[in-house]
Amino acid sequence: MTHPTKEWPLFEVFIRGQHGLSHRHVGSLHAANAEMAIKSARDVYTRRNEGVSIWVVLASDIAASSPEEKGSLYEPANDKVYRHPTFFDIPDEVGAM
Amino acid sequence: MYAQMIKSTGEGVKSLDEMDPQERAFQERINAGGKIEPKDWMPDGYRKNLIRQIGQHAHSEIVGQLPEGNWITRAPTLERKAILLAKVQDEAGHGLYLYCAAETLGVTRDQLTRDLLSGKMKYSSIFNYPTLTWADMGAVGWLVDGAAIMNQVPLQRTSYGPYARAMVRICKEESFHQRQGYDIMMKMAQGTDAQRKMAQDALNRFWGPALMMFGPSDENSVHSAQSMAWKIKMNSNDELRQKFVDECVPQAEYLGLTVPDPDLKWNEERGHYDFTQPDWDEFFDVLKGNGPCNTERLAARNKAWDDGAWVRDGLMAHAAKKRAAKLAAE
Ligand SMILES: [Fe+2]
Ligand SMILES: [Fe+2]
Repeated sequence: MTHPTKEWPLFEVFIRGQHGLSHRHVGSLHAANAEMAIKSARDVYTRRNEGVSIWVVLASDIAASSPEEKGSLYEPANDKVYRHPTFFDIPDEVGAM
Repeated sequence: MYAQMIKSTGEGVKSLDEMDPQERAFQERINAGGKIEPKDWMPDGYRKNLIRQIGQHAHSEIVGQLPEGNWITRAPTLERKAILLAKVQDEAGHGLYLYCAAETLGVTRDQLTRDLLSGKMKYSSIFNYPTLTWADMGAVGWLVDGAAIMNQVPLQRTSYGPYARAMVRICKEESFHQRQGYDIMMKMAQGTDAQRKMAQDALNRFWGPALMMFGPSDENSVHSAQSMAWKIKMNSNDELRQKFVDECVPQAEYLGLTVPDPDLKWNEERGHYDFTQPDWDEFFDVLKGNGPCNTERLAARNKAWDDGAWVRDGLMAHAAKKRAAKLAAE
């Protein structure tokens, strides 16, 4: 089975649900172009009212951090514990804060 | 299961001490319940096994549309027809979620399709049996989707992130499938004598093949041991088969139907039903391509692919033309 046809490009699909949360990655699909990707995403990823808005983007256009960068990207956050509210002791008498 | 006979490349499970630091870190992450993501380092065998397993699972969802698609035009009511159509459409979705997951491992969709169409990659043996009457739509939903659920629910915790996420989506949709099947069985079993007979006949024909879906016993298989260490297989085949039988027997009793196994009986000591193994010679024969519908199923997939070629090419050409026009206008 050989076909000269090139594969349709891969799109990543993001869907915003009904409850006000941000678009969320749900999966991917192949389509000839973005319009078709949105139509197919409707069929593949929202058959049960999962969303009210669809974004599609060519998978090849996504830039991603790599696992090796984990240290340099996320470790600096570890020594900044004062960014968390629990770092500060507030006396009980002050009330809710 | 939907991936019944996955041969791993490994020789046996390595202990942590036998692994190099990279592999050891990988295995420790899995042991701790962590997820492996597409860009993470992974052993070659893990990648290869997963491509085979997810690919086989995806192919099963796609080929699995055929036996049920057979009845869409002949469903007894408009409502049943709409339900069956929705169910079969879900299966197409399941295939797509799984192909996406496989693609994150570096195999292309076209490659997977080619390997299905050439017969190089397998799909579940269950879909090589014919669906002869409307009651088969009941038996398939109840037993085949029921068996699939047994296997898919634990796979939601599998170590490979994209596979686990695909399983979560699939499991959300599967219980509709099983229930609509059981609903058909209830209707038939409470119907006329002829309908009851059809329901019993469907159960008789699908019981053995449904038990085969879990694959042969793998308690002593090194392949399975490796897959379990990697958490791409969560339970042994026998364990899931037993669970399936234990669940199905009372459901069959409720229907007033008889499970076609004279030796089936409750074992108080084990707390499980004792049952007869399905015909494993038949199973291997079906896997080899000699089931009642192997030829028909592959021919249908090949025809769909070939007949769709002009659509795929046409839409690509159209998209290229539109892109060029847009560029020219800018
Ligand atoms: Fe499915
Ligand atoms: Fe299903």
